[in-house]
Amino acid sequence: MNKVVGSVELAIEGIQNGMTLMLGGFGLCGIPENSISALVKSGVTGLTCISNNAGVDDFGLGLLLQKKQIKKMISSYVGENDEFERQMLSGELEVDLIPQGSLAARCQAGGAGVPAFFTPAGYGTEVAEGKEVRIFNGKPHILEAALTADFAIVKAWKGDRFGNLIFKGTARNFNPLMAMAGKITIAEVEELVEPGELDPNFIHTPGVFVQRIFEGKNYEKRIEQRTVRTKTN
Amino acid sequence: MLNKEGIAKRIAQELKDGWYVNLGIGIPTLIANYVPDGLNVVFQSENGILGMGPFPFEGEEDADLINAGKQTITAMPGAAIFDSATSFAMIRGQHIQLTVLGAMEVADNGDIANWKIPGKMVKGMGGAMDLVASADNIIVAMMHTNRAGKSKLLSKCTLPLTGVNCVKKIVTNLAVLDVTPDGFKLIERAPGVSVEEIQNATAGRLIVEGDIPEMVV
Repeated sequence: MNKVVGSVELAIEGIQNGMTLMLGGFGLCGIPENSISALVKSGVTGLTCISNNAGVDDFGLGLLLQKKQIKKMISSYVGENDEFERQMLSGELEVDLIPQGSLAARCQAGGAGVPAFFTPAGYGTEVAEGKEVRIFNGKPHILEAALTADFAIVKAWKGDRFGNLIFKGTARNFNPLMAMAGKITIAEVEELVEPGELDPNFIHTPGVFVQRIFEGKNYEKRIEQRTVRTKTN
Repeated sequence: MLNKEGIAKRIAQELKDGWYVNLGIGIPTLIANYVPDGLNVVFQSENGILGMGPFPFEGEEDADLINAGKQTITAMPGAAIFDSATSFAMIRGQHIQLTVLGAMEVADNGDIANWKIPGKMVKGMGGAMDLVASADNIIVAMMHTNRAGKSKLLSKCTLPLTGVNCVKKIVTNLAVLDVTPDGFKLIERAPGVSVEEIQNATAGRLIVEGDIPEMVV
């Protein structure tokens, strides 16, 4: 078995105008930088992107927004991106804002074959509009549908030819969940290794969820909010 | 009157040994600086870490280790890292003992609004809706009035809601208040603040019973 593709261009082959993509990451942490750059170059347009955030103006999904390649965003928080806010308030960009926990669970459900589930998040708010409400244990819950995507694109620390993945730090975030929910899942990794090199006890995403894998290049790993303390002595 | 650090210090007095605590962005983040000596409290950040530590020393920042505010952080000994679904399972499943978050408005029935100003500002709710819908113990940390001097403690929220009937306690620059079925109940006054000042700054139903002690911070 060999899921390795030779280049990022081959990895994103088949992504067409109007498709739905999931992109892992929280803020700029754990985003598939190489694939996003390749999508910008490819000129593919009319995309629906499911991603917790929308990058910043000049990095991450912000690059696709600037080129107007995104038709619709499904996210939980988009506060760091002025261009996003401008396109949304002017009506150029369709936006579905959903609670972060519901977004995570909807991706996981999509990958796990659970078509919908009830959650208390959003009851009594505009998120609940048009959704079925049911009382469980005396508390109202709303019905949320699973999410899937034509392609899921995730970023991992290490991966092997079989598609097994290990993430590093809080760069894990949405990546394992979205990896489960893509009809085709593309994994870009910082280090591609041979099967057997990763300890099976510490695999975060089993290879069954991944169809294509490649070793990325030149990761910038931009820090959004650099907060430090100084040594006192 | 308290400043933001004072609000954080007062809320830190609510912490109990062994609690897992989720702190929102803004004033709540400051609470981590005032954990009373001898208490072991584990901070959760909903992007996927339990055991969040202080900011890293200069030069030791790691782009792969951030909190929900996208700030670089460190991990304490005994920290655990997980995906976002597991993170919200902790929240929804009520494994987190205290949630502290900011708000634009709170109503006297416990409704909260903090994610959207229609036509003006839409940043998204992030994890706030999941947190307020599930947490048993929710404290709101905020200024009593907005920049225009209008009360943020209302009889009904005017902004789109984040959650309904969920806030239990509010700590502001002026007061500590509990949310009860009959409205905001005044528990403590901030140093140097009179009951009358609090009444004037509170638009929702305010219950004042007996002598209201001044808080110790």
